[in-house]
This record gives sequence, C-alpha cells and structure tokens, in this order.
Amino acid sequence: MTGHHSNSEIAVRVRRLEERLIGAGLTSDDQLDGIIGQILSGSPANGARVVARAWVDPAFRERLLVDANRALDELGLSMSTGPQPQRLTVVANSATTHNVLVCTLCSCYPIGLLGPSPSWYKSEAYRSRVVREPRAVLAEFGLVLPEATEIVVHDTSAESRHMVLPMRPGGTAGLGEAELAALVTREGLIGTAAV
Amino acid sequence: MSRINDVGGQSGFGLVAVEPDGPPFHADWEARVYALNVAMLRRGVYNLDQFRDAIERMPPAEYLAASYYERWLVGVESLTASAAPELRPDDG
Repeated sequence: MTGHHSNSEIAVRVRRLEERLIGAGLTSDDQLDGIIGQILSGSPANGARVVARAWVDPAFRERLLVDANRALDELGLSMSTGPQPQRLTVVANSATTHNVLVCTLCSCYPIGLLGPSPSWYKSEAYRSRVVREPRAVLAEFGLVLPEATEIVVHDTSAESRHMVLPMRPGGTAGLGEAELAALVTREGLIGTAAV
Repeated sequence: MSRINDVGGQSGFGLVAVEPDGPPFHADWEARVYALNVAMLRRGVYNLDQFRDAIERMPPAEYLAASYYERWLVGVESLTASAAPELRPDDG
C-alpha cells in the first residue's frame, strides 16, 4: 500500500518529527529502538502456541474461552506489549460455525500477542467488504466454506481484541504440541484460513 | 455522523490485495512512526482515543490517499504540534 507521497519524502518528515520529539525531551532513540524490538517480538507463533495447547488440553480450552487473558498467563504470554494492555476474547470455530475478524473503523488487532497485523487487514477493501460478503472475501483467500457453515464476523473494538481458535485438522492425532503449533497460520488466527 | 474511516459495508474499494507473509513494516520510517506513537502514548502526551480521533478527522480525500502509517504520521504530528524542542542555554 503506497500513498500519494514518495517514501523518501515521508522518511524525511518522520526524521524531522522524531528529532523534534526527542529534542522536546519526550522520547529517546533508545526508547524508540526498544519499542520496535518489543513489537517485532510479537508473532503469530504466540497465537499458534495457544491454539495447540487448546487442542491437546480440553480444560485449558475451557479456561481460554472463558478468560483468555488469564489463560495466556499460564503460557507466559501477555496482551500488554502493544500500545496499551488489551482484553482478549478467543472465539472457537466448530463444524457449523466459522469466525472471522475485522476492525471496520481502523485496525484493532491483538498486536501485543501476534505482532503487527498484515497490510490487507488494514485495507479499506477488507474492512468494507468482509462484513457485507464474508463468504466471497474468504473465497478470495482460498477458503471456500460449505453453504451450511454459518460465518460470524467479529468487528473488533478498541478495548477488546479477538483471536480465532481454528478446528484441529483431521489426521493429526499422533502429533505433539509443537508440531500442532507449526500447522497454525496467522490467517487461521484471523479466520481467513481454516487453520 | 459517520466519518470516512467508517467503511464497514461500503462498496467500491475493490478486491482485497492478499499478501501472504508480508513484512510487518514495509519501510524503516513505518517502524519509527509506530514507535513514536507508542512512546507518546506511554508518556501520556495523548491517549489512544485522541490518536484515533486525530486520524479519523482527516479530510476524506487525504485519508483515502494516505497509506496506513502515513495516517499514523499525521496523527502523531497533529497531536504533538505544540511540543517544541527545549531551548538550550546557548540557543540564546
């Protein structure tokens, strides 16, 4: 996604802003580097770990669906590394229901847990269409759902973020937790892929 | 009254440009803008609602023409416009 200004023009503007805010004593280079490091440490792999645990441990799955923030603590994960601490709600797919996430107003996403969201998630095309024609949008991602499957679209709010708990794929009975986690994709956690 | 960011259900934005495994930031300046915003939020210069509002009241044409992190840049710039560099003694 590129805007109407060139990248180098904007880079100069950002540099000027940064110098002004550092000069005003509001931040420092070290702090900015630290924040970038922190955000890049968030990753869909965190969500995949949560999903794999829920697949192998039904009691954990229950706790996750009731109070996700508390369940994250059990795995040493948190929703507090983004701009501000956030509440997390996990929604589970089933044989009859498929969940998909969007933020129609802006770009709300469990960024502290999963890292920055993909560009398409923030695009007007996705935000405008997935609430009106989710089945068609999911098909463009390569996810064709049976007509009988109900699709529930969750429009995320500023205070409460969501994550999808995909269904465990068939033929995975012999796999360990780490191998199961490797099957889970970022798109699966958003709901634009089955897993 | 809805603003330009309230696009849920609207037509005309075209197909979703899916970018599998795209990088979180497409240029260094995007990461710097991200970090500047978080730093200002943590310091309490403004809060997240004010930041969102600053973006959502962009004129519609500018909002639509700007890339995602360009909008963030506009938000941080406008909310910190009054923050001037501290004068050092030798600046007179």
